[in-house]
Amino acid sequence: MVSHRPMSWWTFTGSPIAQRAAGAAIAVIVPLGAALHAQEAAAPSGLGRAPTAAEQADRIIGPDGAELPPGSGTPAQGEMVFGRRGCSTCHGPTGSEGPSIQLVGGDVTTRTNYWPIRHWPFAPSVWDYIRRVMPYDRPGVLTDDEAYAVTAYLLYRNGIIGEDDVMDVESLPQVKMPRRDDYVMPGEWTPDTPRGFEIPPTR
Amino acid sequence: MGKTQTSRRRFLKKSAAAAGLVAAPPSLALAAEPAPAAEPTRSILDNNSLESVLYGRRSRFVNTTREVEGRSHYDTPRIRPEPYRPSARTPLGELTGTITPTSLHFTTQHYYGIPDINPAEHTLLVEGMVERPLVFTMAELQRLPFVSRIHFLECVGNRPNPRAATVTGTHGRMACSEWTGVPLSVLLSEVGVKNNASWVIAEAADRGKHTKSLPLAKALDDVLVAYGQNGEPVRPDHGYPLRLLVPGFEGIYNVKWLKRIKVVDQPYLSFQEHSRFLTPDPKTQRDAYDFGPNSVITQPSGAQELLGHGLHAISGLAWSGAGKVSRVEVSTDGGHTWQEAELAGPVLPKAHTRFHLPWRWHGEEAVLQSRCLDERGQLQPTEEEYARYWGLTRAQLYGTIQSQLGYCNWIQPWKVSADGKVTNGLAPTDVVVDVHG
Repeated sequence: MVSHRPMSWWTFTGSPIAQRAAGAAIAVIVPLGAALHAQEAAAPSGLGRAPTAAEQADRIIGPDGAELPPGSGTPAQGEMVFGRRGCSTCHGPTGSEGPSIQLVGGDVTTRTNYWPIRHWPFAPSVWDYIRRVMPYDRPGVLTDDEAYAVTAYLLYRNGIIGEDDVMDVESLPQVKMPRRDDYVMPGEWTPDTPRGFEIPPTR
Repeated sequence: MGKTQTSRRRFLKKSAAAAGLVAAPPSLALAAEPAPAAEPTRSILDNNSLESVLYGRRSRFVNTTREVEGRSHYDTPRIRPEPYRPSARTPLGELTGTITPTSLHFTTQHYYGIPDINPAEHTLLVEGMVERPLVFTMAELQRLPFVSRIHFLECVGNRPNPRAATVTGTHGRMACSEWTGVPLSVLLSEVGVKNNASWVIAEAADRGKHTKSLPLAKALDDVLVAYGQNGEPVRPDHGYPLRLLVPGFEGIYNVKWLKRIKVVDQPYLSFQEHSRFLTPDPKTQRDAYDFGPNSVITQPSGAQELLGHGLHAISGLAWSGAGKVSRVEVSTDGGHTWQEAELAGPVLPKAHTRFHLPWRWHGEEAVLQSRCLDERGQLQPTEEEYARYWGLTRAQLYGTIQSQLGYCNWIQPWKVSADGKVTNGLAPTDVVVDVHG
């Protein structure tokens, strides 16, 4: 499917010794900088390799910001980055003119799906999106500091933090987004959990 | 082609001569050569072309296509992705069986277009709260144990729509395929999931780096990391070279162009998914998972026509995110009476099930509709029951985008007029908003 070499078909019940031998052979071919000490027992299949440092550095940041990298930025710095890095080209000089998504101001309605920043539940998610996905044509080009700065700028312009507040690895997760309490977190799911809404028949 | 004909004629003559069959009486010795065969038509040439041998095609009399979605949300002056790639619906009214032909399987993405991924360079990283994070190549993924399962895929934006003329317009954001790939549970056992983990985050390699949170319990249940669709590699439309397949769950969970699984202890509520959890009614959050029982008649359906009185086969699809379809009932009198329909073909969990009912039409006006009972004992509601449950008027129901409501699985009636023309049986309404703008 992905090459013209015949696929190697073998069943998972192949000899464990053969698998581990294969695994050992593969484990040797680990790129420089990989955290070998993090490789505990080999995977059952012997396939796969440890992630490289670069792969490890590309993090998805969660709501509590626990994996935010070192760095910091202020709204003033962010305003400069916003211009210099071309954010204003798509989002407008003050982040609300468009043509791309409105970053400053804007409302939630029952008629649209994607909402402006001030309605997002978590501040670290704003950093994550800017750092990982923006700008649209060259995602990931911002440095960590620039991402903190732009996040600070947008949170300030949306009236969520003060003009002099510094956003860094500690302060950003502390920011409470104004609509945080309006969000209902997804409930538990198990294969037997009754469906959330069940509309009883009236006939 | 002409050359072939000539050599064939020569061949036949030679062998006939050898067999002594051309010993004609002298009076016929100078009979004219048989009239040359007519030159093959363009259609015959096309049907027999090398291209059609290499990669089969349909008859020139079959030209069904997907139905392109309107451009409105791209024109809404807030988004400007390039290149622009419209979404398109499955032409349900023209299909039969349960497997959607791959080229007609609905296609959609959230603004960022279809990426072009080299499988030799694509990897899947499984990381987070695990004993050993691992990176797998595509070749390695295909060496792992795999399964094949038939499952429907559906966008939460699918909703019966009074303003849609056809079943494609009302239900076309869904399809059903056979998916082949590694169970996510196998990959998670490869990395060793830690005890306090409870969610996974799936990330796409599209421009938007789409991420979706998925309960770990579901990830360990029946989720696939799929590379095969109907026997061949997943198409770029549908996530080439790798995608997540979350049986029965809302479409947004089924992350395409899958590049990472991160094991975590909380849902992330990322950009693409948080709108689902800030809705008018908290009840909907509990239902942002598997779809409820649903069904729709595909033939006869909107904009089709019954040609002639007598026997017709009412045909449609039924499905449920909970598991199998237990029973499908069809009404031809607007819901006053119901008959049980026959389920054609295998009834598989979380997959399209084809039903049919023979129906004799004598030229009367009729309203056809179907309803599905799933194996969890839940019955597909009417539009009225659905609106009443949420405490909404009809106008509010259609004035709210689908992802704010939850799965819109109410019954879709089709009206048959005395002259056999079929139209949408839902009462008209002025405004229907849509997830696509």
